[in-house]
Amino acid sequence: MRIIVAIKQVPETKSVKMDEKTGTVIREGVEAIINPLDLYAIETALRLREKHGGEVIGISMGPSKAITALREAIAMGFDSGILISDSAFAGSDTWATSYILAEAIKRIGDFSLVICGERATDGDTGQVGPGIASFLDLPVASYVSKIQIPNFKSQISDWGTTLRVERLIEDGYEALSCSLPCVITVVKEVSIPRLPTLRGKQRAKRTEIPVWGRDDLDVDLSKVGVNGSPTRVVKIFRPKVTRQCEKVLAKDDESIKEAVDKLAHLYLRLLCR
Amino acid sequence: MAEQKDGRVQRISHELLSRGLELAEKRNCKLSAVIFGHSIKTNDLEELIERGADEVIAMEAAELEHFLVEPYAACMLKLIGQYRPEIIIAGATSTGRTLMPYVAVKAHAGLTADCTGLDIEKETNNLLQTRPAIGGNIMATIKTPKFRPQMSTVRPRSTKPAPRQRNRKGKIIRLVASKESLNSRIVRMDFIANEEEQSLGEADIVVVVGRGIKRAENIPLVRELADSLGAALGASRDVIDRGWLSYPHQVGLSGQTISPKLYIGIGVSGAIQHLAGMQTAEIIVAVNRDPNAQIFKVADFGIVGDLFEVLPVLTEHIKQTINNDR
Repeated sequence: MRIIVAIKQVPETKSVKMDEKTGTVIREGVEAIINPLDLYAIETALRLREKHGGEVIGISMGPSKAITALREAIAMGFDSGILISDSAFAGSDTWATSYILAEAIKRIGDFSLVICGERATDGDTGQVGPGIASFLDLPVASYVSKIQIPNFKSQISDWGTTLRVERLIEDGYEALSCSLPCVITVVKEVSIPRLPTLRGKQRAKRTEIPVWGRDDLDVDLSKVGVNGSPTRVVKIFRPKVTRQCEKVLAKDDESIKEAVDKLAHLYLRLLCR
Repeated sequence: MAEQKDGRVQRISHELLSRGLELAEKRNCKLSAVIFGHSIKTNDLEELIERGADEVIAMEAAELEHFLVEPYAACMLKLIGQYRPEIIIAGATSTGRTLMPYVAVKAHAGLTADCTGLDIEKETNNLLQTRPAIGGNIMATIKTPKFRPQMSTVRPRSTKPAPRQRNRKGKIIRLVASKESLNSRIVRMDFIANEEEQSLGEADIVVVVGRGIKRAENIPLVRELADSLGAALGASRDVIDRGWLSYPHQVGLSGQTISPKLYIGIGVSGAIQHLAGMQTAEIIVAVNRDPNAQIFKVADFGIVGDLFEVLPVLTEHIKQTINNDR
């Protein structure tokens, strides 16, 4: 089976800086990493391939340096990667991004499963996974924590094969069955990501990663980029920090009792509201 | 977009009414509550009216009992075509965050995720949607100038439920979903409920345990405190990765984002990834023996001390306080 994993390169959360004037993230000089939540999608795809055979393809949309994210996925075991990059795509919101990625997935074609991370740690929207599914007119199972294909038969086409997943929601796990092809987004619980191997890294270096732009995809340019995106960021600001921490030292019986008293007081005030 | 579970309307619906009332007043327009389900309690639908909805549209079918993305999206798109709403808000819940992007794509609408602030821009009447991004390090205000409907998912517990006004009148429209909108390639086979009674995201009070607890055997100490407070139990990533508590307990960037009224961190150091998941809590309290722990930077009240000394006294005190109160 062919699995496609959508990967996003994000700035390392610890070192994020903002351009307060333009309201965009300053990406220069900030360490770029694979979205940590995408690592679970990568691992899920690799495990499915190990069990059922087939190939795993990574796609990523972003500036040219996002190619390093795809190389890392190849170093972890992906068969290939495709970078979706074009100045016309820059500034796309989740609607436009889902549209472009769905078009790229259509061009790859003949896939059984698309896997995404739950959300990216920079935008925090979690909208692109379901968005891709909607553009492809496929069902989506989000927040997947467990996945298996009980009756997998290696055939030319595995469409119609049933996927069993568990989906983590607020009060428990939903067990779902879903026919292939489909889209899933996974949470951390689904797997523990492996590290890239030395051999994988060497292979990644040698692997050629095609770059697809406006001429390679069947996209309506009026529907992508800043101008094609329905949403617009109008303002970026820092959340007000109004908390003044009152710190008390609790080192002996008396000071512990005092600290505990204060906490209990806070709690009671809350209950009385 | 109200939500139901087992035919009962969920609290998030009342929070959304609170947001909706504010927006409808500014736009001088009607506020409708839409809900999908099966055998939804009539009293609960009436309560949506009492809490601010001018009309309630309940679309029902056995297939709509639980969330399934395809039928829910089909029903919603049908209603969007029929009613042409200006704004649609839904909870940033597992349902809302799956359904809304799926629908927004097909409706060619702008969608903003996990909003904590909603307002109307005076000059243009556009919806202004404010949300935290990059782990809560920044806030962004977003609008959708040219596309309709304007759609947002709203962070649960980011506002109070709209108060109930008895005898408030409104129309309840019960619709039966048409067969062709009920097709689903996903089938719900089973449901396995969480081991915890209270879900993390819905609790007023959350006690979160960090690596400072040192070993799995000490977790019951924290659980006892949580129980005495009537709080849900959460954990930092370290605790989850060591297998001391299961993943649904995890608070932070790779776990859940919570906004309880009271957060109590026990032995939580406050890594930036953790802060991203809890800094919108109303009151933050931390117990940590390191006076320079990051968690104190976002806390309202900090106890600097050994949690193994503080915890037993605290739990005992809370138990007594509650008994006295009763």
